[in-house]
Amino acid sequence: MLDGVKHIILVLSGKGGVGKSTVSTQLALALKDKGFKVGLLDVDLCGPSVPHLLNLEDQEVHQCPEGWVPVYTDQDQRLAVMSIGFLLKSKNDSIIWRGPKKTGMIKQFLTDVYWQDIDYLIIDTPPGTSDEHITVMENVRQLPCDGAILVTTPQAVAIEDVRKELTFCRKTSIPILGIVENMSGFVCPHCSTCSNIFSSGGGKSLAEYASVPFLGAIPIDPRVGVTGQSVVSTLPNSPVANAFSSIVNQLTVESMEISER
Amino acid sequence: MATKPEDAPEHCPGVESDSAGKGSACQGCPNQSICASGVALGPDLSAEQVKARLSSVKNTIIVLSGKGGVGKSTFTSLLARTLAAKDANSNIAVLDIDVCGPSMPRVMGVLNEQVHQSGSGWSPVFVDDNLSVMSVGFLLSSPDDAVIWRGPKKTGMIRQFLSEVDWGDTVDFLIIDTPPGTSDEHLSIVQYLKCMNNLQAIVVTTPQEVALLDVRKEIDFCRKTSIPILGVVENMTSFICSNCKQSSEIFPKNTGGAEAMCAELNVPLLGKVPLDPRLAQSCDEGGNFIQEFSDSPATTAFIEIVSSKYIEAEDGGTEKGRFKDYRNPRELKSFCLVHAKPFIFYKLVGKFPFCYY
Repeated sequence: MLDGVKHIILVLSGKGGVGKSTVSTQLALALKDKGFKVGLLDVDLCGPSVPHLLNLEDQEVHQCPEGWVPVYTDQDQRLAVMSIGFLLKSKNDSIIWRGPKKTGMIKQFLTDVYWQDIDYLIIDTPPGTSDEHITVMENVRQLPCDGAILVTTPQAVAIEDVRKELTFCRKTSIPILGIVENMSGFVCPHCSTCSNIFSSGGGKSLAEYASVPFLGAIPIDPRVGVTGQSVVSTLPNSPVANAFSSIVNQLTVESMEISER
Repeated sequence: MATKPEDAPEHCPGVESDSAGKGSACQGCPNQSICASGVALGPDLSAEQVKARLSSVKNTIIVLSGKGGVGKSTFTSLLARTLAAKDANSNIAVLDIDVCGPSMPRVMGVLNEQVHQSGSGWSPVFVDDNLSVMSVGFLLSSPDDAVIWRGPKKTGMIRQFLSEVDWGDTVDFLIIDTPPGTSDEHLSIVQYLKCMNNLQAIVVTTPQEVALLDVRKEIDFCRKTSIPILGVVENMTSFICSNCKQSSEIFPKNTGGAEAMCAELNVPLLGKVPLDPRLAQSCDEGGNFIQEFSDSPATTAFIEIVSSKYIEAEDGGTEKGRFKDYRNPRELKSFCLVHAKPFIFYKLVGKFPFCYY
């Protein structure tokens, strides 16, 4: 299973709507732009967002003798994507499955997709600490898993759920690569005042409290993820792009250290 | 021929068959252990218990959304507080079935409370004299505790909440806050509550397409499980800068927002609630936002939604309006034009239809 994969990074959060899929896709795009071959697996079966965020809606998955061929974002096949969204007939169709069926699907994603040789596999997860997470964790544990990135927003309601996810990682001994605080402040385009819509500083204080690395704070920018392109290349020198490139740099350094060990 | 319940999993072998409770399709079915134990021919005890316990509930509203973080819990808390404040004699109950990420204790301001057991069942935590809350959050010993459960255990917990909690003699509104998705929790709650009268769903969304995508799936879920949809609430619609008072769209409506989706799927839009940083703060602190910030545009929008004709109690409402959504297309088919109200069925007497209400 996942033989050609060098590094696996999980993107987790106890809370929904904090930007797990946005962080996953931007991370994948930024790693691709750095010259790596990247795979992105979306295991959120009830609410897949990755196809939309990468402008890949209406794409299809094909079969080859080695397994399922993921959807590629570019001609050079440097970013491969797999999501249940590619298997649905209509965007209105719902997947109403209980745990065991979801578990089966995720196992199939992990075993049957033909990723070929990729440097990074990023796994985007749904919110919570339940079937999907247990299944991914059980299957990924023996593999070269770098660890998990926890995404949060600054307010206490979100932090509370992310603390539960931290406990999940600790209990299942998944290393924590760090915490990313998303939606941290909105700069008004009219008067440039920064408003902390979902308060501020929550991610940093959680990182200190749990003594895990704080990877950075990403401000709110409505332009992120609209075109399916990397913000690092489309909005260079914007605060969002700077935040993302700093996160990617920290991750690549960390994973180099991991592979040297 | 083995009988197969209507709501059974796709490949249910049938409750009387030899492989009942043992087949692969039985995995995760809440009735698996009952089928396996061979008592399936008798009445379903747990469903009966739930029915008996909830017989005092007059109206049930499920707050749903396919997407996480859109404000389900915030909306639930505001709705419950508003309904409770509207009529001091009513009794409002809030049940949080988000097992892995319960937010209700915090947004209701009852963070470190505990649930007590009495002869008549578990007593919920009271926020106000007529407003009580139940959540997994009250059962955890520390905020760091994670509930790492697969589906069947979550289903068991939800069943216990429904059958054990003593909400009081009468409950005017039972409001259920759900986790994101269309999976175990949702299937279980629908399975247990389907016997209730006046079961309706409110779907919460935010304006951007990424959220609407998941919300469409939730509407499909409601249709497939035949829960009437009261309407859709669009949260975080726009943001008004406190400095320059100009509005900006933080979550841009790149596909027309909830309005376009509602028109496309033929569901009513109940209203739009703008972003207010004070609301997020108030939720963190567990305050009563509607009372504390009555000047906020979010409060105005919210009051409008709650006082709309759609959210009206079956009993004790001021108007004669029934707790029904007349704009629901399925209802419209059986709408009597002579009496101007929906009917249950009709019979032709000679040439003329005779409606039964």
